[in-house]
Amino acid sequence: MELGTHAGFIIASYALCILTVLVLVAWVRIDKANQERALKELAEQGISRARREHESR
Amino acid sequence: MAFWDYANPTRFLRLVQVVLPWLIGFCVLAFAAGLYMAFFTAPEDYQQGNTVRIMYIHVPAAWLCMMCYTVMSISSIGTLVWKHPLADVSAKSAAPIGAAFTFMALVTGSLWGKPMWGTYWVWDARLTSVLVLLIMYLGLMTLWRTMDDPIKAGKSAAILTLVGALNLPIIKFSVDWWNTLHQPASVVRMDGPTIHADILWPLLIMAVAFTLLFFVLHLMAMRNEILRRRVRALRMRAASVSRPGTAAATAQPAE
Repeated sequence: MELGTHAGFIIASYALCILTVLVLVAWVRIDKANQERALKELAEQGISRARREHESR
Repeated sequence: MAFWDYANPTRFLRLVQVVLPWLIGFCVLAFAAGLYMAFFTAPEDYQQGNTVRIMYIHVPAAWLCMMCYTVMSISSIGTLVWKHPLADVSAKSAAPIGAAFTFMALVTGSLWGKPMWGTYWVWDARLTSVLVLLIMYLGLMTLWRTMDDPIKAGKSAAILTLVGALNLPIIKFSVDWWNTLHQPASVVRMDGPTIHADILWPLLIMAVAFTLLFFVLHLMAMRNEILRRRVRALRMRAASVSRPGTAAATAQPAE
């Protein structure tokens, strides 16, 4: 489609928004992986919520 | 099960697992429909030409940056008044998302302003108050990072968030209270929208898409924050077991 004489401004706006959303999605996914890895490492050391709940009974 | 039962982080995580795939699906569909309409069915503006297409991302981003702060303000009341276990998690998780939407609104506004106004930036009331909002988001994110104790950080951030909420009506009514280069409201008005339906509908669908995107990212970020607090609580517990008396474990909200 033809975007006219100001196509550069329109394309730059959409490109910037797409990039920002991709950064946000990457941030939440990487953060989730980091927290799950930390929980897994703690569980391997025998430190987990399940064990704590078991001990508290 | 009552709504308040979801205040329990474990139940909340189960709810997120069920709701998230549906939200993501609706969000993708809304973006597909909105972008198709924005580029293929919406006409050019008779004055602005094709640059009006920037509005389909600029206006939803601007709405969402204010909505996000409203969510943070409500969460802050939850933190201070009811000490709701998920309120602080919600506020903290929303801040980076709100900052990103504010950044999008400011930059797309600049890129729209250059061809229409002849300048990328003017220090008028609307632009300046939105810039203040971005600085507030960044300040709150910094405040959360500077304190080790999430309870103390949450309370301080909640107070600052509520003080900063005074900026929301200033942003909304700045174009009415002062002479600004930015145009006055043309959608949310007492006498109804002044935009033609051919341009209004794609805008509303893009607004729905942005809102769904916010909820998707917010739920994902809240889930991460709950996991982060669990990791912290378990590490503190491990430290207190290995060195009794040296690590004082504190009760963590949303643990």
